[in-house]
Amino acid sequence: MCLAIPVRVEQLTPGDNAIVNLGGVKKEISLSLVEDVSVGDYVILHVGYALQKLDIDEAEQTLALFAELNAHTDIQLAGGSPA
Amino acid sequence: MKYVDEFRDGELAKNIAAHIARETAPQTVYRLMEFCGGHTHAISRYGLADLLPANVRLIHGPGCPVCVLPVGRVDQAIRLATKLGVILCTYADTMRVPASAKLTLMRAKAAGADVRMIYSTQDALKIARDNPAREVVFLAIGFETTTPPTAVAVKQAQAEGISNFSILCNHVLTPPAMHAILTVAGGVALDGFIGPAHVSTVIGSEPYEVFARDYAKPVVIAGFEPLDVLQAILMLIRQINEGRAAVENEFTRAVTRQGNIKAQALVSEVFELRDFFEWRGLGTLPLSALKLRAEFADFNAESKFNCDYLPVQDHKACECAAILRGEKAPQQCKIFGTVCTPENPVGSCMVSSEGACAAHYSFGRFRETTI
Repeated sequence: MCLAIPVRVEQLTPGDNAIVNLGGVKKEISLSLVEDVSVGDYVILHVGYALQKLDIDEAEQTLALFAELNAHTDIQLAGGSPA
Repeated sequence: MKYVDEFRDGELAKNIAAHIARETAPQTVYRLMEFCGGHTHAISRYGLADLLPANVRLIHGPGCPVCVLPVGRVDQAIRLATKLGVILCTYADTMRVPASAKLTLMRAKAAGADVRMIYSTQDALKIARDNPAREVVFLAIGFETTTPPTAVAVKQAQAEGISNFSILCNHVLTPPAMHAILTVAGGVALDGFIGPAHVSTVIGSEPYEVFARDYAKPVVIAGFEPLDVLQAILMLIRQINEGRAAVENEFTRAVTRQGNIKAQALVSEVFELRDFFEWRGLGTLPLSALKLRAEFADFNAESKFNCDYLPVQDHKACECAAILRGEKAPQQCKIFGTVCTPENPVGSCMVSSEGACAAHYSFGRFRETTI
């Protein structure tokens, strides 16, 4: 029910709407719940509405954290000590 | 898809799982509740339980709107569609929820009622505009994620003077349900919560601070992708090991402490708290759901059509109530997988793909199979 997916804003359209790219599919959604959205931004889409802007820096940091865990594990598996 | 696929990487998952395995204390049992159906679904679909040590137990919570909607609420929608001849618009999730007299919205539709599945509240408004001579009712269900889109539609209907549009409001709130889980008599013992993803994009992380402060339960807000869930489990294990209880946020790419202030303002402009609301499984909880404010009373289908809520008992053999409280696992229900299946659900938890029973039926039964 709370299913929502990150989509890229392709074009701003009248009525506080936007055309977004959902993994190749173009769809018009409402931006009435968010502010300061520009073309190229990613938003979290739920039942036809952008709920929140996706913070790309935070997304990259979270992924970097997973990769860092990876590095620690590799060191330990190789018999070294974690950094 | 960008920002989805990266969070499903199998190699990274193994690594997070390795950390979890190393950091769990063998003598400690970690009882973690994933509140949301979205997490239940991710855990089942990606087999996350199989990546965890046996002493890390995941307990399914009540965060599935279709599951917690009592039979009497679906009956109301069916009454509106069959007896009062309205066009009943609904998200697909509620179509197959069993109601009284062996009916569902799907069966009511098959029998001739005008029930229409919609994707967005904007679709319901369009149907109302296109059918000015008919009454159009939107069955509004869901937690805080789904409420702002309903608020937008109600405000828009008022601004445009769409007088043949109204809503059957069943919007519910996450924090009161978490309170109920922690305080209900005979409730399940928990050591921490995996906090909601998209609910939290709207309400922020602040409303969970009370659970860390007053109940000493760690809460880690997590995205709905499998790596998000694993990382949140690791963060919970670390808090429990260190004897800490704090609200931490794994889903920083979409959740802030304050949440979406614009959406919150819109919701509080259109809705106010109901004194009481009956939940399946959790009983009647005070201040746990929303109703339209007096200024929007014209859009309230319950009063417009004089269609009151009448409580109805669940099916006697159905264990949905105990499963929603985290007290029982789906496979402990006598009719699980035999009488009650996704094709022929008896209880609501078998309907939605995020319901605990449907998730276990689809992805978990192999564990009980002996070869």
